Amino acid sequence: MSLFIDSEIAARVERLELPWNSYGCDPYGASKEYLARAFTAFQFLYRHYFKIGIEGIEYVPARGRAMLVGNHSGGVAVDGAMVIASSFFEKDPPRLAQGMAEKFMARAPFMGLWSTRCGQLTGLVETAEHLLNDERLLMIFPEGARGTAKLYPERNSLVHFGSGFIRLAMKTKTPIIPFGFVGGGEAIPTIANSVTLGKLFGAPYVPITPWLLAVPAPARLELTYSEPMMFDGSGTEEDEVIEGYVEQVKQRIAGLIEVGRERRRKALSWSSDNDEASTFTFDGKNGERR
Amino acid sequence: MRVLIPGISGVLGQRVAKRLLDQGHEVIGIDRRPWPNAPAGIELHDVDIRKRAAEDVFRKRRPEAVIHMATVTHLVERTEERFRINLGGTRAVFEHCRDWGVEHAIFVGRHTYYGAAADSPLYHVEEDPPMAVTTFPELSDLVAADLYACTALWRVPNLVTTVLRMVYTLGPTGHGTLATFLRGKRVPMVLGFDPLFHFMHEEDVTSAICLTLEKRVQGVYNVAGPAPVPLSVIAKGAGRSMVPLPEAVFRGMMGRFGLPKLPPGALSHIKYPVVVDGSAFRKATGFQYEMPEMRCIQDYEDAFPVLR
Repeated sequence: MSLFIDSEIAARVERLELPWNSYGCDPYGASKEYLARAFTAFQFLYRHYFKIGIEGIEYVPARGRAMLVGNHSGGVAVDGAMVIASSFFEKDPPRLAQGMAEKFMARAPFMGLWSTRCGQLTGLVETAEHLLNDERLLMIFPEGARGTAKLYPERNSLVHFGSGFIRLAMKTKTPIIPFGFVGGGEAIPTIANSVTLGKLFGAPYVPITPWLLAVPAPARLELTYSEPMMFDGSGTEEDEVIEGYVEQVKQRIAGLIEVGRERRRKALSWSSDNDEASTFTFDGKNGERR
Repeated sequence: MRVLIPGISGVLGQRVAKRLLDQGHEVIGIDRRPWPNAPAGIELHDVDIRKRAAEDVFRKRRPEAVIHMATVTHLVERTEERFRINLGGTRAVFEHCRDWGVEHAIFVGRHTYYGAAADSPLYHVEEDPPMAVTTFPELSDLVAADLYACTALWRVPNLVTTVLRMVYTLGPTGHGTLATFLRGKRVPMVLGFDPLFHFMHEEDVTSAICLTLEKRVQGVYNVAGPAPVPLSVIAKGAGRSMVPLPEAVFRGMMGRFGLPKLPPGALSHIKYPVVVDGSAFRKATGFQYEMPEMRCIQDYEDAFPVLR
């Protein structure tokens, strides 16, 4: 294997239940080598750099189509990266959560290439539907780019949810596994978004932090999954019906954010009372915390 | 069955003709290009499909099925003649089919119909629009020919019409756009981009066309073989070396320093993928490809090794 690839991670990538071809690529362009390199980097962030509490990982199914739907907690894509890492490191066999990337990424040299090789495809409903019909695990942030643009004070709020994910879930009979993410805004506290700088890089905006660059601080993160939600129907229902379902998912996620905030608050107060916060464990009802 | 193949002297036309002859069909061909050493059982007519003499072949021989393979790409023909061949020829084929009692017409088109763009989905289905007209204007005549063939589905109700959108071919003949692009020992790529390329072996292409004839399926179908593979992997697998160039440099170097000459629109097809969903065709005909991606690439490299 190449440089910057942990052999254990490479072995774990081998255990992903994806239809690899003889060159180690899957039908959507993901590559074992790129994934092993990315997860080697993610392992450091997930296991060592951040302190992350996971609850409810058992709700992520081992096989079959499913949609992880959650909030952006500010701080660029820390939330997405850690959700992907959780299904890879906590599930056995590991699963690859596949996000729907912003369209500008596909146009930028290297960005689109790397994200595709890591199984993160351009956010198009046709591609998402094809992935679900292939029994993949999709990761959706219904807030879209509005969510990643949240400033520090807005980090735990929810902005407008798109409704396309509900129609797609209904059409493809896919369970929605809601999750709440807390701490992204603390890791990368955005004080402003520079549209001008964004234009330079071909992105909608570039987040500005107190230390200027969007380099994450080693914050405590909390990721809470909850039981699946299924909505019966064909996905062609009237907007009012769909909006009602969207609201149900949004309320569930808002509740999960509060659960995560409470856990984070307790963990931090514990940590301030004890020097061994990094080795703190908790036998929660639905999961474990580190 | 009596089968007429306009464009029979092309690489794929010859293969389809031989396979049909082996299967016991009566094969007639129309092409201005010669086919030296054609099998004795194949009847060849050296006429232009757009001219009166071609209609006479329909009139006298009364084929039951027609496989229209007489279209050309920008790689073969760079002038306005290409538009006349692709559009005028397709129109003539379908008019003769209507007038002379042909029962089944197969139009062999290309998957590049869908075009390559940053915001186009992976795995195009047949309903997707032909974005190639904007992403790659040099393909607009082939898109128009494809759409014209599709109109036969409602204009000529007595004719069973099949429009096939085939992925690139890759194999020992070195035929096709992708194979031509890979011919040199260096394959240019746009720095920071490495799209998936969808291709299948010419043996499987031949099987798919012959199966379409046998099953007499009506409609529009994408035809694909193994899953697509990144361009860099194909190039490496075929023993080529890659030359990643910044986009601006890439534009300036095309046709020089041993790199292939490409029209400006081709750049989007080297940056972004055109990948199709072939499940409808598989369901309708039972088609299964036999040659995996590695075999396609290996056969190509064996036939066109890089001279060191």
